[in-house]
Parts: sequence; structure tokens; C-alpha cells
Amino acid sequence: MATLTISGLHKRFGAVEVLKGIDLEARTGEFIALVGPSGCGKSTLLAMIAGLESVSEGEIRIDGTLVNSVAPKDRDIAMVFQSYALYPTMTARQNMTFGMESRRVPKAEQDAAIKRVASLLQIEPLLNRKPGQLSGGQRQRVAMGRALVRDPKLFLFDEPLSNLDAKLRVDMRTEIKKLHLRVGKTTIYVTHDQIEAMTLASRIAVMHQGSIQQFDEPQAVYDRPANMFVAGFMGSPSMNFISGELTKHDGRPAVAIALPGGETATLPLPQTPQSRPANGKVVLGVRPEHLFRYNPNLKAQKAGLAMVTAPVEVVEPTGAETHAVLKIGEREIVGRFDPDGAPRLGELLPLGIDMAHACLFDPETQALIPQGAA
Amino acid sequence: MVSATYDPTLDPHARSANLRFALGRIAVYAFLGFFAIIYLIPLFVIVANSFRELPEISRNGLIALPQSLSLKAWPQTWSHYCVAGTCEGIQRNFYNSLVMTIPATILSTMLGAINGYVLSKWRFPGSETLFALMTLGVFMPGQIALLPWAFILGSIGLSNTVAGLILVHVVQGLSFTTLFCRNYYVNVPDDLIKAARIDGAGFWRIFWKIILPISPPILIVTVIWQFTGIWNEYLFGVVFTGGRQQPITAALVALASTNAMNARAYDVASCAVLIAAIPPLLIYFFGGKYFVRGLTQGAIK
Repeated sequence: MATLTISGLHKRFGAVEVLKGIDLEARTGEFIALVGPSGCGKSTLLAMIAGLESVSEGEIRIDGTLVNSVAPKDRDIAMVFQSYALYPTMTARQNMTFGMESRRVPKAEQDAAIKRVASLLQIEPLLNRKPGQLSGGQRQRVAMGRALVRDPKLFLFDEPLSNLDAKLRVDMRTEIKKLHLRVGKTTIYVTHDQIEAMTLASRIAVMHQGSIQQFDEPQAVYDRPANMFVAGFMGSPSMNFISGELTKHDGRPAVAIALPGGETATLPLPQTPQSRPANGKVVLGVRPEHLFRYNPNLKAQKAGLAMVTAPVEVVEPTGAETHAVLKIGEREIVGRFDPDGAPRLGELLPLGIDMAHACLFDPETQALIPQGAA
Repeated sequence: MVSATYDPTLDPHARSANLRFALGRIAVYAFLGFFAIIYLIPLFVIVANSFRELPEISRNGLIALPQSLSLKAWPQTWSHYCVAGTCEGIQRNFYNSLVMTIPATILSTMLGAINGYVLSKWRFPGSETLFALMTLGVFMPGQIALLPWAFILGSIGLSNTVAGLILVHVVQGLSFTTLFCRNYYVNVPDDLIKAARIDGAGFWRIFWKIILPISPPILIVTVIWQFTGIWNEYLFGVVFTGGRQQPITAALVALASTNAMNARAYDVASCAVLIAAIPPLLIYFFGGKYFVRGLTQGAIK
């Protein structure tokens, strides 16, 4: 059981600064997801935690001990690689015992560890096969087994599922979650897939351009993204951004958005913005699932439902739900609808917007404008 | 039930296509056969002369169909023929070549593998430059190194010894072996090394347990390359050794020029050439298919 504390961490390759002051901490048994687009520095951060990359500035502590200059093998970590990195000439069993042999673990202990992990991962029949004779999912299991036999302080995963096909990826995701629940090791998990991050993590660190944009629990990251980058990155289809202006409606705060023909629609805000950009301009962020076909009954159920009419441009049925591209002003937005009563192509849709779940952003700083009862 | 058989002889188009195909094939094989014969004629002449009697060669000329069969020249060449004053045949030189080639091949291949491992997986500032400089040796003709080697061998007391030749060939071969191995190891995923480092393996354990087991394709290429190169090498052998110390390539020339005054011993010379050619031929025979495979092989999956 172990904690990981990272403070003020920088990484520079010559003049290029890849990580610009990372602060991160994982409590005992936590599952931390590092998520971000490619090139955001998440894999570099993981390699630095592993000791495979040197630290330019800042501190990495495992269980309170500074490990900046400790060799990878002495950090008591285990890592699962994107490419699995199984040793091609060794059997699955030899792959798993290699680390224990390096550390001169007694043979009986090795056998016990293999037995325990092989049954945990259900790979007993594969132990004598070489990586070339295993399928992608089986290699993935062996790679995880190699990490598990050692009983390390920290588990590091570097995009472990990205080489699997879509269906297997979902299955393995569930397996990893089950495994973590059972083993309870502190885990750092790098992924570019926001769904993996959402489903697995106890906390998510969203990274962009070498810094952490937000570090919070999954639902908090989803509901109250710290800025427009996080809002756009987490969730699929991604959050709709509509430019508007803060105004008052019947004495209550509201957002005015421009509609075609010079009209404006005024959408009342159930909560008061706690700050106001200088010129009153804001960006309204609405998730696709917070758009509805408007009807008066719904209005009665949902406080803060605002209505605009929007022409339907494209309809995309996915089976479970139907996505529709709608036009508000000059801007296209995407909504998720129940297939029953989904918008029809060309329809002028009376669109209900759940303003209680809407976010406001400052268009200058792109940061979230917190809302609350004033 | 309907059974229909297709008879191409009844189809004029198919018949002419078949005919053209057959003619094309005949032309191709005739062409290839012609060149094969041209390449094989010298070998035939040498093999034939090694079994002809010397008077018969003198009478009918070097290039003629054999009219006599004799095995006399073979034992004579191996153990009795006089070269440069000693009359123990070429067995001594054959043995020299083996004692020189085998250690030099093993040493230069192992050093090349270690160099390649370092230059591809443990890069350090300047390692790329170092690699570029080492590969310059590939393009450097051996003659350039003759004088420096003469100086070095003289000053460390290895002149006119097989050990001296081993040293020369190990060092001269490093450019090639390093180039081969480094380019092979570059395709080995770095993640393997990282995983092994996390697993607690160090520089040598990774080399022995992970890198060497995936190396046979390139090691076979390197061994064949080095063995044939060193075995067939003549310049260093003839310059740095003399008499009983000479490798077989140098001895062949000495043998051919020994009886310059008299009639040439074509039968013995032919036998000696064939004996000298046996080891590289065996190496190619057993390793040739790996050689081609190894040269064309890319990444390890």
C-alpha cells in the first residue's frame, strides 16, 4: 500500500518543455487516470514516475520517500506497456518470473506467485506458450500478470488497451476494474480514451500541453469541467459551446444568445454566476444529453428548462440513442435524444435546454465561471 | 448429372497460349542454363585438373577434357608438397587459417553484438557520431591500415604470428559486425529494455537474457560474413606472416610460384585451391539460407 506525491515536476528536452510544473497525488489504493490528447505529456509523466526518464525539476515521492534519482528497479513499481513488451523468446511463465529471478526470489515463492496470479487472470493454460502464440487479449493478460506477480507498491499502466479491438477493449476494461477492486493497489493509468478514464478512475487528471488542467473525481470533471478544454475533451459527443451574453430576465440572471434574423433568445439561469467577465460575454456549455424535445409537461418536471426553436440538420441513429445536429444561430450543436420521439430531418424542433446542468465559461480565459446561489 | 470436361486441345486460343507459354519457358531455361555453364566451367577445369596426371596436363594443356584419372595429387598436396623450403604440404597452412579464422570470427561477432547493443539501446551523448565514425571503416580499404598495423604488431611482438592476424581481423571486422548488429537491434522495441529494467535486470542480464536470444538471424549473417571474409583474406596474411605461419590464401600464392623455373604443378595447385575453398563452401552450404533470410529480415515481432 503506497502513496505517490508529485510536486512542481518539470521535464525539458533541450529547449522544449514537455511538462510544466505538475502537481499530483495518489492516496493509498487510488486509481488515478492521466488522460489527454497525444503529445500532452502524459506518457512522459508516467515514464518519470517509473524512473525511465530523468527529472528536470521538482519532486517525485513514493510513500513519502524522494525517488528522483532512484533506479527503476529499486522503486518497487510494476508497469504494463502499450506494446505489452513481452520478452519474445520466453514463455508466458518465464516472462512472469524474469523479474523475480532478477531479484533472486526463492523458487518456491516464485511458483506460488505464478499460481496465484495465473488463476487470478485465468491464464493457467497459457503459461507454457510464447508471446507469438498468444492473441492480443492473452498477451495483455500475461503483461498484467508480469506486473502482478511482484506485489509492487505502485502499478503503472501506459495505454494498455489501445492495441486491442473495440469489443475486447471494453471487456478488458471491466477486467482491469475488477482486478483493481480485488487487489486494491495504488494505480496510475495513462490513456487518451476519456471513457476509459471515466469508467476506471477514482480521480482523473486531465492533461493538455504539459500541464494538468483539472484533477478531480470523474463525475466532477464531467459535470463541472474547469475550462473549455476539459469540457470539450471529456464526453462524446462533446459539449456544445454557444456564445452569449450575461443579462437579466425578470430580475433573474440569464444568458442571451443570438438567433438568425437578429433575434435573441433569453435563457434563464437557475443559479447565479459568481463572477462576470468585463464585457458580459460568456460561452454557454451544454452537454448533448441536456437537450430535449420541449413540452410543457417536461417543463413542469425540470426546473430551469429553457426553450428555443432549432432546425434539424442531420439525424444519426446509433440504436440506443439518436444524435441530431441542430442549428442555433450560426452555430451547429449536437443533441442526444431517445429514439422514440427523436427529431426528424428538416423539422423545426422546439428545443428544451436543461440550464441547471449548463456551464458558463469566460471566452477570454476559457475558465469555468462558477455558479451558485447568490 | 452433367459431367463436362474441358479439353484445351479443342480450344484454339488455349492451345496457342499454352504453346507460347512453353516456348517462353524453354527460352528462359536455355538462357539461365547458358550462364550457369559459363560460371561452372572454371570449377570444372579445376576439379578435372586435380584428378589428371601432370604429364597429361602438360601434353594436352590446362583446359582439356581429362584422359587420365589419378588421386595422387591430393595426398601430395595435403602433406608432402614442398612450399618455400618445407615439405609438409598445405596442411600446416590450412590449420593456420582455421586457428586464425575461428577465434577472429567469434570475437569480432561478439564485440559487434555488444557494440550494436550499446549503440542502439544505451545511447549516450555522441553515440550516433561514434557509430557514424565506426561505419567509416566499412568503406576503408585494408591497404590503408597496412603500415599502422605493421607498426603495432611489431611493437607488441606479434609480427609473423597467427595471434597477430587474429588481432588484425578482429579490429578490421568491427565496423561490419557493429553495423550489422546495431541496425538489427534498432528494430527491437525499446519497451522490451524498459520492461526489463523495471524487472530489475541490468546491462548484462538484458544482453544475455533478452537481446542474445533474439539475435540468431543477425549473428548467423555476421558469422558467415566474417568467416568467409577472414578465411579468404590474402593481403594481411601475406604481408604480416611468412613460411609456416602463413594462412592458406598466402600459401596458395607461394605454392604457385615455387616451381616457377620448372613446369608448373597444375595438379597440386588445383587440389590446393579446392582444399582452400572447402570451409567457406561448407559455411554457405549450411548457413546460406539463414544468410539470405537474415539480410532481408526486418523487425522482430
